[in-house]
Amino acid sequence: MLLAVQNIERLRLRLLFGMAFATFAGVAIALAMQAPSPTQSTPSPTATSAQASPSAQTPNGLTTVVLDPAHGGTDTGARGAGGIRESEIVLDFAGEVRKALEQQEFQVLLTRQGNENPSFDDRSAIANAQRAAVFVTLHISSTGVPGTVRVYVSSDLPAVTQSNGFISWDRAQAPFLGLSKKYGDLVQGMLAQRFKGSPDTAQTGTVRQLRTTAAPAIAVEISSVTVNDRADLDRMAAGVADAIARSTVAFKPSYVIPNMPGALP
Amino acid sequence: MNERWKFWLITGLVGAVLTAAIYAPMLRKRVKRAAGVQQQSEEQARRELTEAVPMNPGDPRVKAKLFWLSDADSSTLAPAIVELPLSKDPVLRSKQVLNTLLAGPVDAELRTLPTDAVLLAFYILPDGTAIADFSEALATSIPSGIASEQLAVDSMARTLEANVPPIRRLKILIHGQEVETLAGHVDLTGTFAVNTAATAMSPTPAPANSRSVSGALVARR
Repeated sequence: MLLAVQNIERLRLRLLFGMAFATFAGVAIALAMQAPSPTQSTPSPTATSAQASPSAQTPNGLTTVVLDPAHGGTDTGARGAGGIRESEIVLDFAGEVRKALEQQEFQVLLTRQGNENPSFDDRSAIANAQRAAVFVTLHISSTGVPGTVRVYVSSDLPAVTQSNGFISWDRAQAPFLGLSKKYGDLVQGMLAQRFKGSPDTAQTGTVRQLRTTAAPAIAVEISSVTVNDRADLDRMAAGVADAIARSTVAFKPSYVIPNMPGALP
Repeated sequence: MNERWKFWLITGLVGAVLTAAIYAPMLRKRVKRAAGVQQQSEEQARRELTEAVPMNPGDPRVKAKLFWLSDADSSTLAPAIVELPLSKDPVLRSKQVLNTLLAGPVDAELRTLPTDAVLLAFYILPDGTAIADFSEALATSIPSGIASEQLAVDSMARTLEANVPPIRRLKILIHGQEVETLAGHVDLTGTFAVNTAATAMSPTPAPANSRSVSGALVARR
């Protein structure tokens, strides 16, 4: 009986220590995320930390590209008859795009490195924690004309700024719709030059991944897993990577952080 | 315990075992029969629930506009005119056009929704929000991808827009539940604007014959 009481006391102590540690860790992470970046004087309106301060707009601040190879883990995404899996191919594509972007001196962050499957929110959170980033989610379709590429940007999304000045996480993309469209059109234009049959401008869509991303964000969908040979898709990787890298360079001068959450640039 | 009590105890136990031996097969039969009746009831209920709304020949025949894939460009939708006897009741009318959309066009290559998807229920709320509840096949049988999922949703929204004026927005449920995405890409947590011209918050009315299909629709939450 005495032993049981001692065990309960020990458990309580451990629980208290655990809670205290978690609180300290949380505060430390929050402070680290709010610390000003050495290259950026104006905070970006990220979904979690944005304040509705009428600060000046900051041009030419784009330094980071967050690449999102979609799906992963048990979610293989689109599957072709020849065993082609979207989740595997987009990871390879992300590697190519990363190289091309790093050659243009961008910092590149991947939402997954291997065959894991972060949630939509976890993927968005990586971009939302950056101060000067764009977000590119990579997909392979299961329909469409093979050898073509389509770029999607989020459909019109009414912005909701809460009374405390924070942007709603659910509509974090809203203040960036204008920038996303500009970036999407640039990428789609470059892709149309390389892949005949692709549209000239970006299309709008209700893509879940884009909605919670507080940065200029696009979805790039390559057609398709229906190709007979995976090599047909692999051959497209270099062209897609080059188009994204060049478009990101071209987009850099027009990258201006919206000065108010909810304001369309 | 004396001999007499022992005798009665053993007799009682033997009696209980014999009764159980006789009763157990009868009980098993009854359970089997009851399970059969329950299965039949569930199947019957499912059939009743999923039965397509029959067309009433007495309803006026109208030229319904249904949106399937364009045969000229399979990445866009095109309207097809189909003459149907449609009810004047918005809910029945919506079910009739959505079931016709699910049945697909003559050219099966141009269909936007899976063959095995079923419309389970349909309601219209007083504010003009239509709620369409589909079977799981809508999510599991549709080709995965932004393009294919967006075209599926757009074909439903534009078909309702063309044929059922009171509807303002469309909410899609899968088997009675709200799901995050249709098949991993298109967001189903919000609603899709239907009659954009009549919806105050929508900046762009949806042209009836637009080539940029997805651009005509607006997601709302």
